[in-house]
Amino acid sequence: MALELYLDLFSQPCRSVYIFAKKNNIPFEFKTVSLMNGDQCGCEFQKINLIKKVPALRDGDFRLAESIAILLYLADKFKTPDFWYPADLQQRARVNEYLSWQHSAMRLHGCRIFWLRVLIPKGLGMEVPQDKLDAALEDLNNSLKLIEEKFIEDRPFIAGDNISLADLVAIVEIMQPVGAGLDVFDGRPKLSAWRDRVRAAIGTELFDEVHQNVLGAKDNVKLMDATTMAIFKPKIKLFM
Amino acid sequence: MMELYLDLHSPPCRSVFLFAKAVGIPFEFKLVELATGQQYSEEFGKVSLMRKVPVMKDGSFILTESVAILKYLVQKHSSSVADHWYPADLQQRARVNEYLSWQHMNLRTHGSKVFLLRALFPVIMGSEVPKEKMDAAVEDLNQSLKMLEDYFLQNKPFIIGDKISLADLVAVVEIMQPVATGLDVFEGHPKLISWRERVKKAFGEKLFDESHEVIMKVSSLPHKMQNNSELEMLKPKFQKIFS
Repeated sequence: MALELYLDLFSQPCRSVYIFAKKNNIPFEFKTVSLMNGDQCGCEFQKINLIKKVPALRDGDFRLAESIAILLYLADKFKTPDFWYPADLQQRARVNEYLSWQHSAMRLHGCRIFWLRVLIPKGLGMEVPQDKLDAALEDLNNSLKLIEEKFIEDRPFIAGDNISLADLVAIVEIMQPVGAGLDVFDGRPKLSAWRDRVRAAIGTELFDEVHQNVLGAKDNVKLMDATTMAIFKPKIKLFM
Repeated sequence: MMELYLDLHSPPCRSVFLFAKAVGIPFEFKLVELATGQQYSEEFGKVSLMRKVPVMKDGSFILTESVAILKYLVQKHSSSVADHWYPADLQQRARVNEYLSWQHMNLRTHGSKVFLLRALFPVIMGSEVPKEKMDAAVEDLNQSLKMLEDYFLQNKPFIIGDKISLADLVAVVEIMQPVATGLDVFEGHPKLISWRERVKKAFGEKLFDESHEVIMKVSSLPHKMQNNSELEMLKPKFQKIFS
């Protein structure tokens, strides 16, 4: 049985896993999980992943959740080029540092912006208070500032001269607010230059293909039906 | 000698402290007193822009994020650190990574929130915690504890199986945070109680209790903060968490 990856490319962690597998020619079966249709709540998917989240991996009898764990598993199993997760002690530490920090920083704030600007107003038809939007934007800006000043600093990529899992995980999260209509690269030349390098290292075609859905989100997300609303509504408290 | 910038009130600091002590890695303990806002001092700013603990300084190499520090210590001292802490086996390592990833926005977030609400809300906000808010936070914590039991532990002695790993360490220090406020989160979870006892035993009760000494005295924390001139500066940061 081939390796299975359960994915929805609307989700940032799914994008990093998909890009990594494609870029490294890792053979896998793409199993679509449509978040907007509530597939993640279905019985079938729960057999794959009790945590009910994407991405999820199934490799024979072995099941794994959490994109960071999946990326590290794939890098190890398929012996991908060293630069993705360098063996060097300090370089690896820099990658791990970013991968750890990002959960409650860039990822959280990028998600929040996407929910507040797209999913809640357009999908759920609810109004979002301006003060919540302002606070979310401030948090996002703080994260982007730290990415520029501490994680990238004066290096081409986070760990040094080459792209790594850190840059991959960073870029897919940064693209989420872009999908919400926020040009986070405007006025940030360092971040823009880094993004260009990352996009080139991944391959512009692959990068653009993967981000197609989310970049259309602002215009394409429509009011959800009652069943889907019931799935998304409880999550509002995470973001508002 | 390696320096560890720590405040043992912080769960991630406790995991790094416990690990270094347990596997015999020598270090200099550099206290960064969070209650008095020391993380915002100019001196600490030179160590880390992130203004958080723990921070590791190994020669000129500075590293933040407890999970990264733990993995660094394992890798650097691989010849003396037992394999089970972060197994070389592909699937076992993946199980550890899965827990370490999931916990940031789950057990860590919810355990911390309950702790902050119970220990600091009154002194920061000048009033008691609204019942709704407290109940919601405890419910979230319970959901995380359920996931720990049902998904990560299941019927195994430890998260990866027979032996303790970084995953159990990182889990237990986070659970102790709300426990320190007098909330017995283990009540009704006999499986977790047995697991906790196994983890304690793996470290040695003395070391485990030593690392939890300051947090267990948390009732004195509000008093410390009240008398501190930095309180006004710290207030907005807490108010955001409490809103």
